[in-house]
Amino acid sequence: MKVWLSQDAAARALGADRVAKAMVDAGVQPIRTGSRGMVWLEPMAEVEIDGVRHAFGPLVAGDVAALMADPKGHPKALGPTDELPWMKGQTRMTFARVGVIDPLSLDDYRAHGGLKGLEVARAMPPADVVEEVTQSGLRGRGGAGFPTGIKWKTVAGVEGPKKYIVCNADEGDSGSFADRMMMEGDPLCLIEGMAIAAYAVGADKGYVYLRSEYPDAIRIMRAAADLWNRERLTPDFNVEIRVGAGAYICGEETALLNSLEGKRGTVRAKPPLPAIKGLFGKPTVVNNVITLAAVPGIMAAGAATYRDFGIGRSRGTIPLQIAGNVKYAGLYEVAFGLTLDEIVNDIAGGTASGRPVRAVQVGGPLGAYLHPSQFDVPFGYEEYDAKSALVGHAGIVVFDDTVDMAEQAEFAMEFCGIESCGKCTPCRIGAVRGRETIARIRRGDMTAKPLVTDLAETMREGSLCALGGFTPFPVISAMNLYPEDFEQVEAAQ
Amino acid sequence: MTSQPGHLSPRLDEIIADHIALEGPLLPILHAVQAEWGHVPEESLKPIAAALNIGKAEIHGVVSFYHDFRREPRPAHVVRICRAESCQSQGGRALERDVKARLAGRSDVLFEDVYCLGLCACSPAAMVDGELVGRAGTDEICERVGA
Repeated sequence: MKVWLSQDAAARALGADRVAKAMVDAGVQPIRTGSRGMVWLEPMAEVEIDGVRHAFGPLVAGDVAALMADPKGHPKALGPTDELPWMKGQTRMTFARVGVIDPLSLDDYRAHGGLKGLEVARAMPPADVVEEVTQSGLRGRGGAGFPTGIKWKTVAGVEGPKKYIVCNADEGDSGSFADRMMMEGDPLCLIEGMAIAAYAVGADKGYVYLRSEYPDAIRIMRAAADLWNRERLTPDFNVEIRVGAGAYICGEETALLNSLEGKRGTVRAKPPLPAIKGLFGKPTVVNNVITLAAVPGIMAAGAATYRDFGIGRSRGTIPLQIAGNVKYAGLYEVAFGLTLDEIVNDIAGGTASGRPVRAVQVGGPLGAYLHPSQFDVPFGYEEYDAKSALVGHAGIVVFDDTVDMAEQAEFAMEFCGIESCGKCTPCRIGAVRGRETIARIRRGDMTAKPLVTDLAETMREGSLCALGGFTPFPVISAMNLYPEDFEQVEAAQ
Repeated sequence: MTSQPGHLSPRLDEIIADHIALEGPLLPILHAVQAEWGHVPEESLKPIAAALNIGKAEIHGVVSFYHDFRREPRPAHVVRICRAESCQSQGGRALERDVKARLAGRSDVLFEDVYCLGLCACSPAAMVDGELVGRAGTDEICERVGA
């Protein structure tokens, strides 16, 4: 009997290891995989029936004996995994192998198309690889949306004996977990993407900067890097995993580079761009996990295949991370262009609480809140920008009608204050004053409102990086879209 | 279990030697020190600074910048309840209040703020003594620290 069981951190947090133990006790050794992304079904197992993988979940240890005895008749049988509506609606390019393979089996990786992109890339001159990535339309999936090919071209064009590939795996945005799932489910794909980048720009060393809040991803990425280096898959490029230390700001690329160098994670002024003077002053590609993990698939299938998906200048696919108060939460990779209405009401099935959806925050703590009246906006960088909103890392957090948007606005400022690196004044002081001023409004002092608007503009225009610069998005969107929440006077002052 | 600080050498010398050849070795060294002693002991800073040829002020700056590095010995239990938006949407604030109220007076439990554990699809989330808990409830968290 062939059985697969998710070992994704979310599955483990929901009891997957107890299910695994019950399976071993029953004499079945499950193949531990990443997650298929249907987190409401975790812990989810798959059993091969007539050569087809069937899904079962959510499982508890007590389900295992009956499942092993008669899978087909089990009450938690869901049918063939690939036929489930959640799976069928997706275009899994970057996440094709996640949840399917043993993440640390090179044989499994190869059998499912792994290393093909690297092979294709290495058969071309490096400049052609850069051109192919440019033609694919791939943009930085970490949030900034900068064209990946252009960044690579800049690094390739700088002369120098030493260059670096740095993978930004400091995924700190609430609602985002695609990087984590990729690293836990298909870590070799990320390293293959880094190796292709290294070949394209002439780098020989790669670092993955991974946040300390992800112990499972750290363990799996370290094992994958050891495997890659030991097997000498790219003798002229090796990769090393580095762990952050609980600072949200290190997801900002220049703060990340300072942290890698062993310094305080403060933001650097740009220019110089990291592409020209990056890690230890050397030309450096800094890309997000999903950006790099998309590259092997693009090289294998060809730029045109990837580019054919999407809308406007948002090409290819985006792994939506659907989170918060929803019925069906998880990862859903799809071409750009879905409306929020389709994402929140159709795919996610509305709220878990059954109450009306009141607000959706897209793009993490620096992303705007969107009101149901805006749910027709198609998922794309420029489309969101036009609504003063942010695609960011495509984390989507849904709130029901019990949310207090003034409290959320105050939290946005509080978070900025806690995580500010302190380098620039608008962020360091603005966030603290912003929190105090929103608290005044919440106590009933309406004269504080224009101060918040004014402060938001100062932070947006005057901050060095996106932390101070984008914190106004959630604040101002909350004030504009939910004015009634800023009128309430709390009982006692 | 972590060993007692006080006599840091020769273990500290080993940790430094294991990492000194890395590019940018300071964070890996501090992580290893904290893994060994449960916090970054004050008396470890001078030898690390000397080995890396940096000032004590600089190393203090780094240790104090990052939320992860503890300056005081770690108590028996560390509870981290996610305070970020996705968990807020699923009752995270109330969970944090309830757990803190239930465990008030427990000097062996340290609460650490955390903003996102990447478990946003099964919010609210927590980490108790390094173990992740999805769809966390007050009872489950308290049970894990023996309350």
